[in-house]
Amino acid sequence: MDLPTIWFGVIIAAWVLFFVLEGFDFGVGMIVGLGRRPRHERDVAVRTIAPVWDGNEVWLVGAIGLMFAIFPEWYASVLSGLYLPMVLILLALAARGVALEFRGKYHGEGEERWKDRCDRVMAASSLVIVALWGAVVAVLARGLAIDEGGEVMASGWTRSIDPLLTTEAAAGAAGGVLMALLAGALFLSLRTNGPLRDWARDVAVRTGGALAVGALVVAALTGQFVVVLIAVPAALAAAGAFGRREGLAFTAGAVTIALATVLGMAWHAPTLLPSTLDPSWSVTMESAVTSDFSLGVISWAALFIMPAVVAYQAFSYWVFRRRLSSARVA
Amino acid sequence: MDVTDLARLQFAVTTVYHYLFVPLSMSLSLLTALFHTAWLRTRKDHLKRATVLCGQLLLITFAVGVVTGLVQEFQFGLAWSSFARFYGDVFGPTLAIEGMLAFFLEATFLGLWFFGWDKLPKGLHLATIWIVAIGTQLSAFIILSANSFMQNPIGYSINPETGRAELENFGTLLFNKLNLAAYPHAASGALMTGGALLLAISIWNQLRRPGADRAAVRALGRVGAWVVVIGGALVAISGDRLGVVITEVQPMKMAAAEALYSTTTGAPFSLFSYAGPGEAEPSIKIDIPGLLSFLATHDFHGTVQGINDLQAQYTQQYGEANYVPWVPVAFWSFRLMIGVGMTAAVLAALYLFVTHKDRDLPAVLSHARIRPFAVLVPVTVGLMPLAANAIGWIFTETARQPWLAFGLFRTEQGVSPGVTATEVIISIAGFTIVYGVLAVVWVRLMCRLVRSGPGHDEHAHEDDHSDSTPDRDDDRLVLTY
Repeated sequence: MDLPTIWFGVIIAAWVLFFVLEGFDFGVGMIVGLGRRPRHERDVAVRTIAPVWDGNEVWLVGAIGLMFAIFPEWYASVLSGLYLPMVLILLALAARGVALEFRGKYHGEGEERWKDRCDRVMAASSLVIVALWGAVVAVLARGLAIDEGGEVMASGWTRSIDPLLTTEAAAGAAGGVLMALLAGALFLSLRTNGPLRDWARDVAVRTGGALAVGALVVAALTGQFVVVLIAVPAALAAAGAFGRREGLAFTAGAVTIALATVLGMAWHAPTLLPSTLDPSWSVTMESAVTSDFSLGVISWAALFIMPAVVAYQAFSYWVFRRRLSSARVA
Repeated sequence: MDVTDLARLQFAVTTVYHYLFVPLSMSLSLLTALFHTAWLRTRKDHLKRATVLCGQLLLITFAVGVVTGLVQEFQFGLAWSSFARFYGDVFGPTLAIEGMLAFFLEATFLGLWFFGWDKLPKGLHLATIWIVAIGTQLSAFIILSANSFMQNPIGYSINPETGRAELENFGTLLFNKLNLAAYPHAASGALMTGGALLLAISIWNQLRRPGADRAAVRALGRVGAWVVVIGGALVAISGDRLGVVITEVQPMKMAAAEALYSTTTGAPFSLFSYAGPGEAEPSIKIDIPGLLSFLATHDFHGTVQGINDLQAQYTQQYGEANYVPWVPVAFWSFRLMIGVGMTAAVLAALYLFVTHKDRDLPAVLSHARIRPFAVLVPVTVGLMPLAANAIGWIFTETARQPWLAFGLFRTEQGVSPGVTATEVIISIAGFTIVYGVLAVVWVRLMCRLVRSGPGHDEHAHEDDHSDSTPDRDDDRLVLTY
């Protein structure tokens, strides 16, 4: 194992952490807006993710930052090649973050209307984010039309949208939405009590089942039997939710997202981003990696910083470990 | 407008916007930590209310800072991929270490502070907000070192095979002479923004809400004004130092700031100049003799290089091109930055003077005839340092042109080759709409917090409640979600 390979693993791990942790945040965001639950239940649902969503979003900052730091060529090719979808993701992330954070900060006249509006923005933007990420991961597994310089030079302004108008991308988008719904529902069933908990469990059973069936269908149609791997934990999550084994179900849901992320991101490793035009133009670990010196600087820094990050994030989860009740409004 | 112009416009708009929330977060986290410390020491209720108000202002500001900062992190790859490829080796470690070391810390511990009132022991709870405050300063220092590289590239070598910059010495990069001058200037400029906001809140409450919690309102005003005055003094001292370093590493920037075309000994500092249409030299001028030479070299008779000579010198050095930045923008932004920032410090000092010895704001301000206009005072005072911060960055970045990394890499070389003008127009439209809505919502919420003032006690518990409340899983603060 050389240093770039280890770092590739760390970057994939950062993406996994982002999709797993923020996955349930986006899922709760969608459920809050789409589920038509009574307001006090929505309040409780938002409060389950309020203390931790910001700490979860830092993994996106970490993943992109490390991509830039370790494999600048990979970062540059992916972002410039998927320009418009990435901009759309950023705009939706901005809307979601602010809707979530500002939701409860408005008191007095019009508070109810304000909350409803924030919930709608949160649901719509969460949906856009997970659908786009799902599509993007599917597209990255397939590759982009990059030339020798790592750029998508197709003429016309739709060059960064075209790859998303494919069946693979559509399947990826559907998968992303279902996974986030599953994770959000499982998280709610784990963190709340009362009617919300029961309702979330139902949602989890249905989305987990749909996800398992969908993964089998995709595997059958594409002949990529490795996709069956996603169906197993998804089915397990649905079964766990049905049998009221919430801890087990939540773990299985997290494994589902982690597997899907690893499959999409590391499908072609050690090639990071395949070129659909000419395999010799693909971005590989070897061609994209930063200089040995930079790699050393980041590695030493990470060696000291990372254990601390993991420790205080775990501490934060431990502090906010109690269930919230949806039966009463305090 | 071609792709380069559009991409520059997009970067300018998103960066200036992001940098409205950054200095406020830096400042408000420190102020929250100070109030929290003071409250724990004295146990005075009004200090706790001030702490909670500051904390809420910080939280909604930080949230916008995070989502707009995320855009910044992606931007180098989106529209500037050639620059990202050229400079990734140098910039990557900086960005990654800032994220891992500072940003993770801020985000996690702010959550712990805000929701930890009943869950953490008092000392640890106080420590969380101090960690946030220190984290913001760390972030600023590391990110500014990356910007300082662009102004004054050092600590790198060019790889002859790839033609790209490679990091040679991380310490040199971090402790770039320019960064050691720029960071104190940016940090003290940031300090003023939060102080001015608290001062504005205090003045507004004194004018409009006679029933407001006087002790808390007074504390906010006095502390805010002191912070603006001290910040202003530090800004002046650090700005003076920065001017000298800039003259040394980017003489063209200083020449443009003064619109000084020919090399001059004992150069004057111009307060105002107007050149009519078609005139090369200004026809109306108000000058302070020798001051520019003093600002640039700390000697009233020092020599300051002029634009024309530098243009000739760079042409020889780097080849035929226009090396002159946008002179009117540089000239006016430099003056506005100083003028607006210093005016805020003077107003804050005036406030300290009139409210000295427990006096209230003079009744004259609430005189019936002046009242409609009196509200403009807090609004202006509150926004001035923010404006000065933004204008300062506009000066710094526009006067760096035509370079992305000074003497190394030109702006037009940095744009993503594949990105089309239409795509950038679409993204600018998207950013404008979403950022516009964010701004409106943020201002409305800030105003509501200001109006409810420190008298609005979110945290409805007694101060002496025990720390072990196992069954209480929700206090009033958490209920603000």
